[in-house]
Amino acid sequence: MSYFGDIYKGIKTLLTGMSVTGKYFITSRKGAITQQYPDNRDNLKMFDRFRGEVVMPHNENNEHRCTGCQKCELACPNGTIEIIWDRQIDPETGKKKKMIDKHIYHLGMCTMCGLCIEACPTDAIKWAQNFENSVYDRTKLTRVLNKPGSKLMPGVED
Amino acid sequence: MDTTIKNSNLKSEEYFINMGPQHPATHGVLRLLLTIDGEIIKKVEPDLGYIHRSIEKMCERDSYQQIVHLTDRMDYLSSHINNEAVCLTVEKALELEVPERVKVIRTIIGELTRIASHTLWWGVMGMDVGALTTYFYGFRDREMINDIFEETCGARLTMNYNIPGGLMFDIHPNFVKRVKDFIAHFKTKLPEYDTLLSGNVIFQKRTKGVGILTKEDAISFGASGPVGRGSGYSCDVRKHHPYSALDKVKFKEILKTEGDTFARYQVRVEEMWESLSIIEQLIDNIPEGDYKVATNAVIKLPKGEFYQKVETARGELGVYVVSTGTKNPYRVKFRSPGFSNISLLNHITVGGKIGDLVATMATLDIVVPDIDR
Amino acid sequence: MNITLSITTTIYKFLSEYMSEGAANIGTMVTIAFIYLAIFAVAGLYLVLLERKVAAWFQLRIGPNRVGWWGLLQTMADALKLVSKELTGTVKADKFLYNLAPYFVIVSSLMALAVFPFTKEFQAFDINIGIFFLIAISSIGVIGILLGGWASNNKFALIGAMRSGVQTISYELSVGLSLLTMVLITGTLQLSEIIEVQKNGWLIVQGHIPAVIAFMIYMIAGTAETNRAPFDMVEAESELGAGFHTEYSGMKFAYFFLAEFINMFIIAAIATTIFFGGWLSPFGITDAIPWLGAFWFLGKTLLLVFLMMWFRWTFPRLRVDQLLTLEWKYLLPLNLLNIILMALIVWLNLTIQF
Repeated sequence: MSYFGDIYKGIKTLLTGMSVTGKYFITSRKGAITQQYPDNRDNLKMFDRFRGEVVMPHNENNEHRCTGCQKCELACPNGTIEIIWDRQIDPETGKKKKMIDKHIYHLGMCTMCGLCIEACPTDAIKWAQNFENSVYDRTKLTRVLNKPGSKLMPGVED
Repeated sequence: MDTTIKNSNLKSEEYFINMGPQHPATHGVLRLLLTIDGEIIKKVEPDLGYIHRSIEKMCERDSYQQIVHLTDRMDYLSSHINNEAVCLTVEKALELEVPERVKVIRTIIGELTRIASHTLWWGVMGMDVGALTTYFYGFRDREMINDIFEETCGARLTMNYNIPGGLMFDIHPNFVKRVKDFIAHFKTKLPEYDTLLSGNVIFQKRTKGVGILTKEDAISFGASGPVGRGSGYSCDVRKHHPYSALDKVKFKEILKTEGDTFARYQVRVEEMWESLSIIEQLIDNIPEGDYKVATNAVIKLPKGEFYQKVETARGELGVYVVSTGTKNPYRVKFRSPGFSNISLLNHITVGGKIGDLVATMATLDIVVPDIDR
Repeated sequence: MNITLSITTTIYKFLSEYMSEGAANIGTMVTIAFIYLAIFAVAGLYLVLLERKVAAWFQLRIGPNRVGWWGLLQTMADALKLVSKELTGTVKADKFLYNLAPYFVIVSSLMALAVFPFTKEFQAFDINIGIFFLIAISSIGVIGILLGGWASNNKFALIGAMRSGVQTISYELSVGLSLLTMVLITGTLQLSEIIEVQKNGWLIVQGHIPAVIAFMIYMIAGTAETNRAPFDMVEAESELGAGFHTEYSGMKFAYFFLAEFINMFIIAAIATTIFFGGWLSPFGITDAIPWLGAFWFLGKTLLLVFLMMWFRWTFPRLRVDQLLTLEWKYLLPLNLLNIILMALIVWLNLTIQF
């Protein structure tokens, strides 16, 4: 009789399996987990810690907080950050001081590990939540983070 | 079911077939050289190296903080646990005592990672034996965990949340609530995994008695994780060498003695329950305190050799660091669970059918970057 | 001109006004062939869309919803894309057989459609050995699959084709025997007469227990005949990549794909005709309006198609030896017993008649 018992048990397990999928079929209208991505751009908000790309915030006077200490450059595991700096005369004190010329960020090489942002002593760079980083030309992935003509914010020392 | 061929007068010819590196069942870029007689497998040769990125060599170039993010890219499904392994090794070498808060958070996120990895595995397991719907159900639950990770760590997969000495930043204020929501949600969904797939008569026929690994073989091949435990080999690092906050929680080591594909399947599903209970024990009393202890900006390990092992979702991950006292390690060796587990493949699939190979490979839970590194 | 639902006679009468008898006969055949081809090419495409939508709803997704309203033009767009694609192939393939294979599959599945009574008198070809014809035609398709898998010079395709041969030959038996069980009640093989018999109650009610068993066996074997999951050994994408059609592209692949869906429709349509009264409405509620029969026929058929889709999106795939065990150790003996049971019931007049 185990022959017929096997058939009965087999059919029973198949039907229980079907009841699970059937339940989802009936409630499929509200249960869909699909995110219709380009359509929901307006209300798609990333979490505030999301690592999209590294940016350098500037204030309204076009001033940033980067002193050019190069700690981020050292912390970066794969050479994503390059800092071109120069010693310039500080207009306030009149002394020679390290100033950044260009803070170059290669987005194409970045692994989003966040070590540079941890290393920064002056909070000059931070994560932006922008995730749509695709471009048509890889040269566009190399970005200069400090805006042209920007200066160091007064009072920021490392 | 007896799947070996009996002696007969019919002559047949063996032939080679290339399964992979681009094949739906090899989960990435694993290449299997199969010698087949009709449907029956005579020999399986895994051919590795398609995704080798020389992570161990790159570690010699990097500082100890930088090594951590490379381990994300090894076994990407349990990236947090890989990070933890490196951090624990460095902390062990520096004799650094991390705060209790760090230990508890590391354990919670580690167990969440394990559940995320196992839900993905469950979905893919179903897909490998032909039930495509499981994949979406598994991913639905995994998405919730990924959201928790994204909110707290900033990334969904390669989180890099650990640093030597603690965590990169504190947990997000929503963390506890979200984890509790997830536990409540997952407790209703996990029984469905059983009714949909485990109980199914076709699934049981496909997996029971297939790919049998004895305890002796498990030990001699160095199997670890659910593969070893499915054969009755008690090898849970969390139990035998507890790290982080795992010595403070009560959990059961899941052991099955059958050693077949279904036993390995059951071990993983039941492990999800155990991980849930570990998280439940810890989530309500995360101690207050710092989320890291200060370390030097340049970490220099004392001269010597250091080893630490942890239990990832796939098994035992060992990190072996040789230091000469400089800021870079002299040599780093990762003992990855996937590499030992894939070496079993030829041993346990010979004599089975192609379908058996796929089902067995699914329960070895292969992550190819973990094998190749 | 008096238009009735009987399309064959209508077209024949219309044509015979203009041409000789023989020419009118040929003209009728060609016209009907074109009508059926057009209808079922489109119907096949919409079955693909239905499958994708149903799969999406089972899997907590939305499904195609971009091309056209509610995604209704999605498969049309896919077909257009497939037409425009390059036809690739392997260098050492047997070119003649390789190119011939898709036509075997698609032609055999379209041929079977000819005999179905979609509603009273809407039937292209009412032949007195209807069921026999269906069973015979449906087994030609496997030749196409075997040829395609063998001729494409690919080991994965070859394994798939061999599995298909094994599977179809085995499950043909169960399909035939379960239909034979029902023929014991009807006493005829002609499809229109089978439906006449069911005016006293659908056969699944008339034949009660053995009929239900026969229906279950038929559904299992029918799913296997169409090579759909859980019996999709032939394609088994986690084992064989794409199975027998690995090396096919463009429209040749589309023929295989379309044939699978038309076959699914055929299997469901046979079940509707034999077990669920074809175009008959339940309790004769719409007998006054004859064309509503088509609605009932399609409704019942699509319900059974949905059942097959439900199977596909729930169950894991069987292994090839288990597939044969199921057939030879379970379905076939049960089927033979069932025939005896049905014979007894018919002999003792235990059928339920309304």
